[in-house]
Amino acid sequence: MAGRNKWISLGVLALLIALLPLFFPSGYYYRVGALIFVNALSVVGLVILIGYAGQISLGHAGFAGIGAYACALAPEHLGLHPALAVLLGAVVSGVMAALIGKPILRLKGYYLAVATLGFGILVSMVLTNERALTGGPDGMNVADLGLRGLLRDMGWRLSGGEFWYMICGVVLLIGAWLALNLFDSPSGRAMRALHGSEVAASTVGVDVPRQKLRAFVISAVYASVAGSLLALQNGYITPDVAGFMHSVEMVTMAVLGGVGSVLGATFGAAILTLLPQVLTVFAEYEQLVLGLVMVLVMIFLPQGLLPSIARRLKGRDE
Amino acid sequence: MSLLEIQGLGISFGGLKAVNDVSFKVAPGEIVSVIGPNGAGKTTLFNMISGVYQPGRGSVSLNGRAVTGVAPHRLAEMGLSRTFQNLQIFQEMTVLDNVLAGYHLTERGSVWADLLSLPGMKRRAAEARSGARKLLERVRLDKAAEQVAGNLSYGALKRLEIARALALNPNILLLDEPAAGCNAVETEEIDHLIAELAASGIAILLVEHDMKLVMRISNHIVVLDHGEKIAEGDPATVSRDPAVIAAYLGTEEEEPAHADG
Repeated sequence: MAGRNKWISLGVLALLIALLPLFFPSGYYYRVGALIFVNALSVVGLVILIGYAGQISLGHAGFAGIGAYACALAPEHLGLHPALAVLLGAVVSGVMAALIGKPILRLKGYYLAVATLGFGILVSMVLTNERALTGGPDGMNVADLGLRGLLRDMGWRLSGGEFWYMICGVVLLIGAWLALNLFDSPSGRAMRALHGSEVAASTVGVDVPRQKLRAFVISAVYASVAGSLLALQNGYITPDVAGFMHSVEMVTMAVLGGVGSVLGATFGAAILTLLPQVLTVFAEYEQLVLGLVMVLVMIFLPQGLLPSIARRLKGRDE
Repeated sequence: MSLLEIQGLGISFGGLKAVNDVSFKVAPGEIVSVIGPNGAGKTTLFNMISGVYQPGRGSVSLNGRAVTGVAPHRLAEMGLSRTFQNLQIFQEMTVLDNVLAGYHLTERGSVWADLLSLPGMKRRAAEARSGARKLLERVRLDKAAEQVAGNLSYGALKRLEIARALALNPNILLLDEPAAGCNAVETEEIDHLIAELAASGIAILLVEHDMKLVMRISNHIVVLDHGEKIAEGDPATVSRDPAVIAAYLGTEEEEPAHADG
């Protein structure tokens, strides 16, 4: 059952990624699409943390910041290839997550939310204030990945938008595949079990703090890779990527789409990424709208948009 | 040889001795029941034995190893499994996934195998799945396997918890009021199941309010009142014990004793 659902979810996602460009009125929409995929990637990470393991983080943008600035700084200062910088960012984020999570996740309750809130603000402050290294609030340039030039030499000409649309789409598919594998695996079951009842999970042999830490580290790596992709495709990065509002945006996307479902998370990311593109006035009221969306979803669609719609459709069938 | 040995176990909550100086033993294949009026400390005792609470005093040993205050997941590795009086079901998961969670210790592997869905993980999960289906058949929930557990009836959830506890392949099983809220037929089924498990060599420690069930299946009964052991012995001895009768029915002399305590 679960195995079939996995391939359906992945198939739907792959089809959407492949067919959507047919409807793009202009090349600009490749950029929007790539942005959706990047946001969806970090939200899939949050599905693992919030949806599977039931833990909340309000500082995931901090990991996106680490991933983004790894791609900006490592090629310049360490002479690392940008692709390896993505890996470096992921490793640093994973280690940071382990260091923060290990003491915090032994405690019951929402201490993780508070600790990650502090962590996110800390990262964002460092990136803003270390002007000599990061250029401060003005941001800094990010080296080119170099892959597009390589493809051009091989005779495959892609615009920047098309190229990043493709890369981000593929990475999102890989991220979704890993998350769906995890769902129906021993670790995923242990995470979902402790979400349901920590005491029962521990009496069936689940090392609860350890499984929570796993979910936290994995989701941090997702956010980090998403941050790296954002930096690389824009060629430019500012500390906003690590800002508190970005963290809240991620959680809102996850909650809106349906925090237990990978496909739903992608849907939530798509809606909240598109809104400011479609309604330019939205930009001014972004914080207001995010808060409103969060409150309304919690009251009317606690399962999230996609699972609620799916349930209603199913109910009609029966 | 005893499998579980409890020596002088006690715990206090804010100065109140919830359980005080309780000792007894459980041997393999033996059914030991803990009975007593409401608030006697039975569930608290279970929580200390299973590592959910840290005992304030005394010791627990399992298979001759001191395990006082050891975390529940470590006790699970040593073969101790339990159910809960107030159901602790993974509500959002399917019935099958609930039992599969009970196979955690045998199906777990590296997180990489889980993320990448490697063949080793698939093989372990498939073995667990076939075991889980057999257990669901045993508690007559095989038809509900793909349902979300939260949709099941109370009696079915009780059986699901037993199936999940059995998935650990325990050598000692703690059952906290398995028959509570069950009708006569369901109670009889649980009765048979417990007897069967004990016959297969599993030690059973049982908390139960259904006295007919307790008297019928127990080899040994421990009676608690106000956190203290007031009697112990085989069912016939315990049911004639004046202290036990007093605890259950109350006596004139008992009242001042409480005021002093």
